Amino acid sequence: MLLIECPHCGPREQTEFTCGGEGHIVRPDPATATDAEWGHYLFMRKNPKGLHYERWFHAHGCRQWFHAARSTVTHEIFAIYGIDEPPPAIDANKAGSR
Amino acid sequence: MTQAFRNSDGGRIDRGKRVSFTFDGQNLEGFAGDTLASALLANGVRLVGRSFKYHRPRGIVGSGPEEPNALIQLGVGAHTEPNTRATQIALFDGLVSESQNAWPGVGFDVGAINNMVSKAIPSGFYYKTFMWPAAAWMFYEKFIRSAAGLGKAPTEPDPETYEKRSVWCDVLVVGGGPAGLAAALAAGATGARVILADEQSEFGGSLLASRDRIEGRDGADWAGDVIDDLAGMPEVRVLSRTTVVSYHDHNYLVAVERVNDHLPLGKRHGPRQRLWKVRARQVVLATGAIERPLVFAENDRPGVMLAGAVRTYVNRYGARPGNRAVVFTNNDSAYRAAIDASDGGIAIAAIVDCRAQPEGALVRLARERGIEIVAGSVITGVRGTKQVSEVEVATLTQDGSDVAGARRSIDCDLVMMSGGWNPTVHLYSQSGGKLAWNADLATFVPATAAQKSREAGAVNGSFSLMAALAEGSRAGSAAARDAGFEGEEPAVPACDAGPGDGVLALQALWDVPCGRKGAKRFLDFQNDVTASDVALAHRENYSSVEHFKRYTTTGMGTDQGKTSNVNGLAIMAGLRGVDVPEVGHTTFRPFYTAVTVGALAGINSGPELLDPVRKTPMHHWHEQHGAHFEDVGQWKRPYCYLRPGETVKQAVDREVLAARTSVAILDASTLGKIDIQGPDALELINRVYTNNFATLKVGACRYGLMCKDDGMVFDDGVTARIGENRYLMSTTTGGAPNVLNWLEEWLQCEWRDLEAYCTSVTTHWAAIAIAGPNSRRLLAELTATDLSNEAFPFMTWQDGEIAGIPGRIFRISFSGETGFEVQVPASYALALWRALMTAGEKYSITPYGTEAMHVLRAEKGFIIAGQDTDGTTTPYDLGMDWIVSKKKGDFLGKRGLERPDTLRDDRKQLVGLLTEDPNEVIPEGAHVSPSPHSNKPVPMEGWVTSSYYSPNCGRSIAMALLRGGAGRIGETVAIPLEHKVVRAKITRPVFFDEEGERLRG
Ligand SMILES: [Zn+2]
Repeated sequence: MLLIECPHCGPREQTEFTCGGEGHIVRPDPATATDAEWGHYLFMRKNPKGLHYERWFHAHGCRQWFHAARSTVTHEIFAIYGIDEPPPAIDANKAGSR
Repeated sequence: MTQAFRNSDGGRIDRGKRVSFTFDGQNLEGFAGDTLASALLANGVRLVGRSFKYHRPRGIVGSGPEEPNALIQLGVGAHTEPNTRATQIALFDGLVSESQNAWPGVGFDVGAINNMVSKAIPSGFYYKTFMWPAAAWMFYEKFIRSAAGLGKAPTEPDPETYEKRSVWCDVLVVGGGPAGLAAALAAGATGARVILADEQSEFGGSLLASRDRIEGRDGADWAGDVIDDLAGMPEVRVLSRTTVVSYHDHNYLVAVERVNDHLPLGKRHGPRQRLWKVRARQVVLATGAIERPLVFAENDRPGVMLAGAVRTYVNRYGARPGNRAVVFTNNDSAYRAAIDASDGGIAIAAIVDCRAQPEGALVRLARERGIEIVAGSVITGVRGTKQVSEVEVATLTQDGSDVAGARRSIDCDLVMMSGGWNPTVHLYSQSGGKLAWNADLATFVPATAAQKSREAGAVNGSFSLMAALAEGSRAGSAAARDAGFEGEEPAVPACDAGPGDGVLALQALWDVPCGRKGAKRFLDFQNDVTASDVALAHRENYSSVEHFKRYTTTGMGTDQGKTSNVNGLAIMAGLRGVDVPEVGHTTFRPFYTAVTVGALAGINSGPELLDPVRKTPMHHWHEQHGAHFEDVGQWKRPYCYLRPGETVKQAVDREVLAARTSVAILDASTLGKIDIQGPDALELINRVYTNNFATLKVGACRYGLMCKDDGMVFDDGVTARIGENRYLMSTTTGGAPNVLNWLEEWLQCEWRDLEAYCTSVTTHWAAIAIAGPNSRRLLAELTATDLSNEAFPFMTWQDGEIAGIPGRIFRISFSGETGFEVQVPASYALALWRALMTAGEKYSITPYGTEAMHVLRAEKGFIIAGQDTDGTTTPYDLGMDWIVSKKKGDFLGKRGLERPDTLRDDRKQLVGLLTEDPNEVIPEGAHVSPSPHSNKPVPMEGWVTSSYYSPNCGRSIAMALLRGGAGRIGETVAIPLEHKVVRAKITRPVFFDEEGERLRG
């Protein structure tokens, strides 16, 4: 079980959180998006081995969403940042497989 | 029986405290401080069980968690527990134990016939039988199942209680041997919060089984003093009888404390076991090492034991597992065991050493004592069925692949074997740490840690006492420092473990040759895997580590292969002609030792505590009035109210008719309610519903349908405008938390410019639906509010006082009847319910449950999101085109509903079904097939989502999602059931009052 540093509540157990999957997905303009673009937005997700930018929800705490940069291999969390912030640069080697 | 194999002094048992127990019905006596295993050995009991597959007689092999054979059915009745290890059962007065896997008794066992026909059940037997032909497996299975099985689970509910604790610490030290004690002392001295856990009743680990001395004292006494010191440190917690069983991500470890298992039933207080969930900043693993057996012919005879285990029984328990031992080893450590055993009264007949020229301090010491050393030799056979009586010894050939020369027999009643030591790397490996092969020790040792952990002592392959103490001190200090605590590393205490301490000088010896064909050389005692089975797996190309393990079942017993895994890997490596690391090792998985389900459940067991039960304010009234409850999410809702002598169907029919002929009331409190406020509340609502809410006036309400952004229906409900910037949104009972999360996700993540706030008020407001032609008349008696159609039209709401209770009256209906919904603060709901029941007596007011509600809404063709939809259903599929706004701007699902796939004509669409036989109620979930009699798999074109008997229609009604259904009205379809095919006509999904006159009346 992960220990996740909620930006508002501090380190809390993973069971208090819900993972919202890949972060920074931009919703295309529905008026101009092609079917392919809209389908990509709805259904296509990254599945990296290593660094993953994702969003989390402190469902059983402050009920706030935030971003995390996490290794899908080691589960190390490299950064926690606001839901409206851009993804920070992370050394790819650091986030690599163990 | 007297304790004929108990020494008169020595050991850590209390000879002043006699303890009575039974084993297989035999009354025996031991001493306080004994384990069941040590007490059995002291009483001369050698045969303790039968093996799993061949039912061969088996004795105690080890002295701890590694024990493969001595599996015990402990206790009786509801307290019985199977597969406990005699080596880890603390003896207490009145303990009742039974051997397992042996019927009718351990001495004579019909299953042993398997042993004589063992060629018929080789490795892979299960897989091969399963594959050919399928029917054969069905035939064999019941025989296999009854002959196999390790012990019996209790049939009664567990009468014991359990609990869980979540804690954090700066440093968790796992293992209370010399390394762990030194680590805890060093870390504790810095003021860090330290937890020290050890699986045994007493701290000291190897010190309890040795005659080592530390700081001029007996090692065990030193351990006791350290524990006293630690107890004086306010931030240190010391947990004995506590096994750390798993190591998870982010330094999260789970431990099981056996609080009461060592006490007689009558003396137990509090929980039987306690599960500790520990989050540690730093971890020190001082988990020790487990001795490896040697794989030689007939090495499973009772009386063949690990050398270190014999040393433990003699030194710690004053118990002699035999009187005359032959030692068989490939390393120096067994010499230490031989010397200690000899001092403990066991005659050492010989030490058989595979090394041609063993020489080391311990070897010299043994020689000086006059112990015969048979060098360059191996044991080639063991005689004695229920106990060892003799071993056969022969010389190894130069290359070690075979034996040569004359065989020599040596009488003995005990064999002490040592094939080296495997560091207990289970937790380390679970943490993600990488292992490396150490050729000198011929075993895997920790290489690269993956988490904030350190290893100290034997787990590192550092087998000397000095190294254990030094590594422990260093690891404890460093861990505390990394956790933010400064302190000087304490000096390593002076110690004396005798000459040659920690030296193995090991010569790898895996599959021990015996010069005979067919002799069984066991590698996994519990699962009866022999060296020949490994060879068979190799011949059949199951030679990769994961295949080999499953094909032979090596390491798949309750002991998880603690004694067998490395031997198995090494033998496979030999067959493949590669080094052991090239074979690799299987994954170490939680748990290190078995955990009772009770400990994992903790207090969260039983219908009330497993999952929270939610009850409405009227729950007690429902209970008193015959409510037959159903679970809806976590809620208990009345399904119907049974009158004396009524069947469920009769009750539902009565309630449905009452709602259409007079008046009926429903406890609707469980519906989700979300209070939405803020200047942009309307904009939020308009974006999440598919229909237009912009025109909703204060005092009005509107039904809305919610889609995910892919256009699939997600939830529905009525939203009322309470004020200029305030709305009350209702959701389905089960969907309430999801809808709230959904709103918050969009508000926080995507629409950060909107100012709106959402609060769940589900349990603040209780709700009562009043339905039926007499509903207005009834409600009018309890309120001054003008309820006339003109003053209070359909789909509006008003504040009002009902039976003296301030609340809100909504003119809405899910039953399709004239109706109202009244919401009052939850604590007044029961009073209101009672007032309605009293005032409604003259109308024969009828409380109705969820099933009547379902029938009423299905008669009207109202959907239930989640029942008539499944996450792939669009509003169009439901025939609800009218609810998707064509005018308003963007909303969730709008673009998704324009995708070509969501516009296909042949999607599954909601239709009504009327069976040819009006009394036939199709089971919900039944499939619709275009050709129900074709070969399997029968093609399917949809399924029934709702199905009821409608007393108002006088027949059954059903709804189905059917491929292209909207264009097939009037067709007849087939619904294949288990023993018949039902035919039904496709209709529009509305069965009653299609014009909705009653609703608005
Ligand atoms: Zn939080």
